[in-house]
Amino acid sequence: MTANASAATSPAMNGMAHVGPHPYDHLLRSADLPTIWCPGCGIGTAVGALIYGFEQAAIPMEKRVIVGGIGCSSRIVFYAKTDAYHTTHGRTIPFATGIKLCNPTLNVVVFAGDGDLFAIGGNHFIHAARRNMDLLVVCINNFNYGMTGGQGGPTTPAGALSTTTPYGNAEFPFNLPELAATAGATYVARWTTLDVRRLRNTFADVLKRHGFRFVEVLAPCPVSFGKTNKIGSGVEEMEYYEGLEVLKSRVEATEVPKTNIELGKPIIVGTFVDREAETFRDRYARVIDKARGSKS
Amino acid sequence: MSAAQNLILSPVWDRARTGTHFLSGDHACAEGAIYAGCRFFAGYPITPATEIAERLAERLPEIGGQYIQMEDEIASMAAILGASVTGAKSMTATSGPGFSLMMENLGLGYMEEIPTVVVDVQRGGPSTGLPTSVGQQDMMQARFGPHGDFTSITFSPQSPQEAFNLTVHAFNVAERLRTPVLLMMDEVVGHMYERVVIPPAGEIPLVSRARPTVPPEEYHTYRPGPDLVPPMALAGDGYSVLFTGLTHDEDGRPVTTYAAQKVLVPRLREKILRNREVYERVGLYKTEDATTLVISYGITARSARRAVDLGREKGLPIGLFRPLSVWPFPAEKLRSLKNVKRIVVAEINMGQVVLEVRRIAGPYAEVLHVGNAGGHVISAETILEACTAPPEAKP
Repeated sequence: MTANASAATSPAMNGMAHVGPHPYDHLLRSADLPTIWCPGCGIGTAVGALIYGFEQAAIPMEKRVIVGGIGCSSRIVFYAKTDAYHTTHGRTIPFATGIKLCNPTLNVVVFAGDGDLFAIGGNHFIHAARRNMDLLVVCINNFNYGMTGGQGGPTTPAGALSTTTPYGNAEFPFNLPELAATAGATYVARWTTLDVRRLRNTFADVLKRHGFRFVEVLAPCPVSFGKTNKIGSGVEEMEYYEGLEVLKSRVEATEVPKTNIELGKPIIVGTFVDREAETFRDRYARVIDKARGSKS
Repeated sequence: MSAAQNLILSPVWDRARTGTHFLSGDHACAEGAIYAGCRFFAGYPITPATEIAERLAERLPEIGGQYIQMEDEIASMAAILGASVTGAKSMTATSGPGFSLMMENLGLGYMEEIPTVVVDVQRGGPSTGLPTSVGQQDMMQARFGPHGDFTSITFSPQSPQEAFNLTVHAFNVAERLRTPVLLMMDEVVGHMYERVVIPPAGEIPLVSRARPTVPPEEYHTYRPGPDLVPPMALAGDGYSVLFTGLTHDEDGRPVTTYAAQKVLVPRLREKILRNREVYERVGLYKTEDATTLVISYGITARSARRAVDLGREKGLPIGLFRPLSVWPFPAEKLRSLKNVKRIVVAEINMGQVVLEVRRIAGPYAEVLHVGNAGGHVISAETILEACTAPPEAKP
C-alpha cells in the first residue's frame, strides 16, 4: 500500500481531507489508526522513535520483527508495519528468543510495558540478559498498569498512589537500568519521551548492534498515573520530566544509577552500559561445530 | 556468525539414525523428532521427561539444530512458538507440573495457529505427586487445559516404537493443520527400553506447512483455505504478518466483538474436526465379534491386550479398541463396532477418557471404568475382572 492510498482509505482521515499523508504512513498499518492510546500518552512518541531508528539503521522491511506482550505499550504491533507478534502477558522475551535463534538474520525487537516485562515477565528478562540473547528490549515505563486502569506495579515509586495503592505504595520499585546491567545486558540506556532526538538516535544506533540491549523509556500516563499523583496532563508530565531530568551521558556509557526513581526527585537519564560480548547464538555456534566435529 | 547461521531450515544435515536400536520411549521420542525435521527444542528438566531433553541437547547440534534450556516451562512453550513462526519445526517435553505451566502459551498456539509439538510424559499427580511413577491423569488437561474453546489433537503411544512413530506423525499433523499437537506419553513408556526400528530418511513422508502462493498485498494472515487451514507466511518472508491472541479478523487485526468471535473460534474447532483423516489412528484387536470392548491407551493398552488374550482363552468375545489419537476421540470408529454391549475403559486415573466414551457409547452400551489414582500399572487380570463382572445394578 502506498502512502497516498493509505491516506485515502484510512477511517481516521474521514472528514480531514486537508491532512496529507504522514511521511511514515507506509511504515504503519495506517488503516488501523488512530491508536487506542490516551491523549498525552508517551507510547506513540517511543513508537515513532523506533520506526525512525529502523529507517536510519536501514534495516530492510522484511527483517523487522516486533514482539509485544499485553498492555498499552504492546499495542505497537497493531500500528508499526513489521512482522508483528502479540504474545501472552509477560512472555515476549522467550517468544522472541525462539524467533531470533531460528532466524538470526531477523532484527527482533521486544516492545512492552513495565508490568509486562518486570512483574509477570521479570524472570524471562533476567535470564535472557544472562544469556546475552541477541534482542533489543524496549520498556515503556509509565509507573503503573495503564490498560487495566492504573494499578500499582513493579516500577510504581514508593509512596505513589494508584488504584491498588490508595494509601501510597508500600513497596519499593525496581531500578530497571541497574537490574538490566546486573543481569548481564550489554547496552543499557534510559530516556524520557521528552528526549525524542536522543531516543531516535539511540534506536538508530542499537538496532545495528548485537547482544541483549535494554532501553527504558519513561512515558507519561496522564489519564492514570499522572492524574492520580497530581502530576497533571501529558504536557505537565513532560514539564515534570524537564524539571527533574539529570543527563548523565549522551553517548559514552557512564555509571548505572544506583537509586530508585522517587516522586519529585531527580531522574537520571543517559547511556549507562555499552559493551561488546558474545551472544548466546555466537557461543551456540561453537557448540554446533563441536557436536559435528565429534560425531561426523 | 559461523557455521550455525541459517542451518535450521537446511536439509543438508538431515540425519535420521536409521537402523534397529534398543531405546527408551523418551529417547525414541527424541529420535522421532529428529526424523520429523525438528530443529529447535526448548525445555526445562523434569522427571520423567528429562531424557528427551538430554537426548536432544546432544543430537540437535549434531544436525545444526538448537537446544535451549529455558528458565521455566512457560518460557519453553513461548520459545517453541517463536521458533515455529520462522518456519522451524519445534518441540518441548515435560511432565504434569510443567504441562500445567505450559497451558497459557499452548492456548496462544491454538489461537495464533502455530504448529508445534508438546510432549507430556505423565506421572502421578496432582501437584508434585509421584515424580518417578506412572500416571495417565493429564488426559483431560490435554483436552481442556488452556482456557477458552478449542479442540486439541492428542496422541498416546504404548511403546518406544510407537513413541517414535507418533512423534513423527505429530509433527506432520501440526504442520498440516497449523496447530499445536500433544503427545501424551506416560512414565512407563518413557522409561522402558525396547527395540525401535528407525526407517531410512524419507520413508515416512514428512509434511511442511502450506505457505502463501500470493504476493503480500493479496495475502491475509488468517484467511483459511477450503480445509479451513490458513497458509502461513513466516517471519522474514516480507508479508508483515500480524499475529495476536486477541480475537482477530482474517488479517490478524484485533476485533473484539461477538461477530468476530463467532467466526474465528468455531473455525479453530472445525479445522480439527473436519480433518480427522489427517490425524485419526485407532488400533483394533479381535473386535470383529466382540460384545465386550476394552478401550485403553498408552502403557495400559498393553495390559488390556493381555486381558483380551486371557478372556479369549476362556472363550469370551472380548476385543481391544486402542485410540492412538485419543483426542478428538474417534467416536465414529467406536460406534461402527455394532455388537458391543459392554465397554471397559482402562486408564491410570480416576476416570477421564471414560467420560467421553460414556458420552459416545452410553446410549447403547454399559460403560465401566478401571483405574487407580496413579503410581501403578493396571494388571490384565484387573481389566479382565471388570469385563466379566455381573452387569451393574441400575439405580
